[in-house]
Amino acid sequence: MYEKTKYLTAGDRALVIEFGDTIEEQINAKIRSLTLAIEKEGIIGIIETIPTYRSLMVIYEPLLIELDELIDKAKAIETKMGEMKLPDAKVIEIPTLYGGEYGPDIEFVAEHNKISTDEVIKIHSSTEYLIYMIGFTPGFPYLGGMNDKIAAPRLAAPRTKIPVGSVGIAGTQTGIYPIESPGGWQLIGRTPVKLYDPYRKDPVLLNAGDYIKFVQIDEKEYKKIEELEREGKYKVIIRGKERR
Amino acid sequence: MTTMKILKPGMYTTIQDVGRYNYQKSGMSVAGAMDQFSLRVANILVGNSDGEACVEITIMGPKIKFNGDALIAVAGANLQPMINNEAINMWSGVKVLDGDVLSFGTAKSGCRGYIAIASGIDVPEVMGSKSTYVKGKVGGFEGRILRAGDEIKIRSSEENNFTGIVKLPTEFIPMYNKDNTVRVVLGPQDDYFTENGVNTFFSSHYEVTNEVDRMGYRLSGSKITHKTGADIISDGITMGSVQVPGHGSPIIMMADRQTTGGYTKIATVITPDINIVGQLKPGDSISFKSINIEEAHKIYRKYMNDFDVIRESVAKLQSTPISAKKFKVRVNDKEYEVSVQEIK
Repeated sequence: MYEKTKYLTAGDRALVIEFGDTIEEQINAKIRSLTLAIEKEGIIGIIETIPTYRSLMVIYEPLLIELDELIDKAKAIETKMGEMKLPDAKVIEIPTLYGGEYGPDIEFVAEHNKISTDEVIKIHSSTEYLIYMIGFTPGFPYLGGMNDKIAAPRLAAPRTKIPVGSVGIAGTQTGIYPIESPGGWQLIGRTPVKLYDPYRKDPVLLNAGDYIKFVQIDEKEYKKIEELEREGKYKVIIRGKERR
Repeated sequence: MTTMKILKPGMYTTIQDVGRYNYQKSGMSVAGAMDQFSLRVANILVGNSDGEACVEITIMGPKIKFNGDALIAVAGANLQPMINNEAINMWSGVKVLDGDVLSFGTAKSGCRGYIAIASGIDVPEVMGSKSTYVKGKVGGFEGRILRAGDEIKIRSSEENNFTGIVKLPTEFIPMYNKDNTVRVVLGPQDDYFTENGVNTFFSSHYEVTNEVDRMGYRLSGSKITHKTGADIISDGITMGSVQVPGHGSPIIMMADRQTTGGYTKIATVITPDINIVGQLKPGDSISFKSINIEEAHKIYRKYMNDFDVIRESVAKLQSTPISAKKFKVRVNDKEYEVSVQEIK
């Protein structure tokens, strides 16, 4: 983390508030707090924010707020952030069907790490992964905290079509594909939960700063959740993150 | 109810408004018009609010049949618009009648045109916008580019009493050139580049490559050198961000850009000049000029104020009584009363 927060110009309508240049939970927690505090403050002239690993991009309307004023307000929020009551981070459960046609690369990941597929599942589903940021495609979570014991290289030849909901591993990262797209991740499972649905009230399920936990399900349960999702009736299991 | 039937879709035709905001934190691209000046002015010319959705057309325009009367305006690139094969004015209101066919010739200047229709296009707002974001399959008409056979509804004209034909005063009509200089503000990662690299960026002419789309413009030319590397920990990207990956050639991020990325961004094109970028075609030339943020904001305020000035002058022209002369004409033994109006 920097000693002094950096305020960087990104053209005439965006300001980047940068806390550091490393991927650290502590920095990300600070960004989550700043994002929520700015939203809570309801500053006129701020259009929206994009939280990322180590910075927050603030999109503003220069006709409504001067840049100096915006920076002053951001600085004021940063100083009083500790005292502000902000909601605790949440843990969102992602029911996942591992292996088989849903996760065709799970054997490769197991062999690569010289463990069984059951161990891959056990390790993968035992961590609460921090959502560092959402980007790349609508609803795609950049997750941190995967165990090195299930790390695996990307596919030499990327697939042209990866089904929606696929759960994959690339290097020491794990993630979920919210839309059908090409990609080179090793696929170990799939979730029937829709991470992205443009016609839902909250189109994107996940928020940066929260956590997700994969929960193993069988095919019967998969089909059941899939059906409920189709009808817009599935309720995702969300709980508070225990404070450490 | 008036509809527009797409007879030929053209090269890349989508419905766009000023873009989809508030969902970038969820990874949603903003989308929206690539040249927002032309979009806004086209709307003003037909009495719409600035941000209404238009049909954005690219290089090769579509062929559209109107079922029902409408007032339209075509702005932006000169792709030679025609009604029933007769050339029509650009940057002007144009009355179209039931059965008329709007088509386009070859591109004379610029890259993207905007067709505004009085009262607006009747497609649902998704996440607060009518803009088509093709990759996310949302907005516009079924979340995709328009195809032959599509029939798009126009909102009922009762909501719009703007009926006059108004031409945009010429001083506001932009020129699209093959050589362009766009103004940028340095940053956010200008300190990742060598002094030489930054100098190269500002002293070179870059050519627009064939790899251009609504997501971004890849340029070729003198390589911009980094101090150590081109990769950063992914952060936010905005409209007009100039990314420079390891290969040293700049990419200008445009409407369908991803919200975050892991390459250094040397500078950001100022809002009014993004419209110039949106009108560039492969083979055109572009260079960059540095201005500071204070100056950029001064230019921005003037740019936004111009829309008010344009709206006022259009309103004035609209209210000017048009002198009409009435004649009686006999044709084939039938007497007709004809009124001739001078259109300004």
